[in-house]
Amino acid sequence: MPTVSMTVNGKSVSADVEPRTLLVQYLREHLSLTGTHVGCDTSQCGACVVHVDGVSVKSCTMLAAQADGAEVVTIEGLDDNGTLHPMQEAFRDNHGLQCGFCTPGMVMSALDLVKNNPSPSEQDVRDWLEGNICRCTGYHNIVKSIQAGAAAMRG
Amino acid sequence: MYSFNHQLPNSVAAASSALGSADDGKFLAGGMTLLPTMKQRLASPSDLIDLAGIGDLVGISDSGDGVVIKAMTTHAAVAGSSVVQAKIPALAALAGGIGDPAVRNRGTIGGSVANNDPAADYPAACLGLGATIVTNKREIGADDFFTGLFETALEEDEVITEVRFPAAQKAAYQKFENPASRYAIVGVFVAQTAGGARVAVTGASQDGVGRISEMEQALGGNWSADAVANIDVPADGLNTDIHASAAYRAHLVTTMAKRAIAAAG
Repeated sequence: MPTVSMTVNGKSVSADVEPRTLLVQYLREHLSLTGTHVGCDTSQCGACVVHVDGVSVKSCTMLAAQADGAEVVTIEGLDDNGTLHPMQEAFRDNHGLQCGFCTPGMVMSALDLVKNNPSPSEQDVRDWLEGNICRCTGYHNIVKSIQAGAAAMRG
Repeated sequence: MYSFNHQLPNSVAAASSALGSADDGKFLAGGMTLLPTMKQRLASPSDLIDLAGIGDLVGISDSGDGVVIKAMTTHAAVAGSSVVQAKIPALAALAGGIGDPAVRNRGTIGGSVANNDPAADYPAACLGLGATIVTNKREIGADDFFTGLFETALEEDEVITEVRFPAAQKAAYQKFENPASRYAIVGVFVAQTAGGARVAVTGASQDGVGRISEMEQALGGNWSADAVANIDVPADGLNTDIHASAAYRAHLVTTMAKRAIAAAG
């Protein structure tokens, strides 16, 4: 089996995997990073969003082999020694999660938005989240959380 | 997903020959269509020839009278390119409306054009602007490239290397999109070019992307939404599915053409 190597949340990792191994399978099943979720498994819901080389991707629609050599950040990579990232804190403060299943993908997508648009309008957030589905339909507070998280990150 | 061999050639020539020697090989670009298709076991190639290892397949340049976009350039890169925004803003806007942000970060122009999904956006831009699709073997005009539903003029081991878009005097794309997938239920790309008006429609026809000559002729003498307002597109040969009937799509073609012409100014 071919070997894949990448940096995940700042740590170098390497494993022999079948070519058909998806990035999300590699993260969850090989590295036990189960914060990244599989919702629809058809690249529509966004629960599996992680960052690869600084941009958001759907890890259910990418092979682990395609991330060979890449820098990957998952939801587990955001906190600072147990202190939640401001975007995570904003989701907690604003009741941005109900069942919580979509939350990791929502937070990772939000951070990709804020990187290029530090002060997003409500419409900017709603447009950006077109690939993230909340089955509880709790979008109102998710949008509020992301705007509050962006504000906290601006300091 | 069935198992396969993953190959990562470092040149277009090596990719082409790897495909030639595979039992049932497929080129992998961004994978935004191919991987979901494989996960559903609708495709089971023996080998994926991954084009991501070929360094010179990414980038956007100004060709003076238009833009050249290399095949592995992502939709996000096209949407955010100052060159494309300046030369052909309609093309940048179209790229920014494909799928969703995460899909745009992976999906590529070469993959989209080679796949020729009948509801994809890029084929409408290629046909609407009269682009040239460049491969490792030849240059193919968009009018000769898209040959039918998921069908193109590409040979089995032919790799798209870049797409050359001439700038238009005016151009715009309007899409009536499926709210879940963002694929076009009907999308219309209009352009006023040196060679005349062009109107390309995606999402509507059972044969995939195509032009509407009646609208092009009408626009030749009078570039305005009114010029096409009374052109009824026949519903024969248009798609019917859970999202829209053929008759509804036929009506949408004229509506979206009018909106696109108005948006082009």
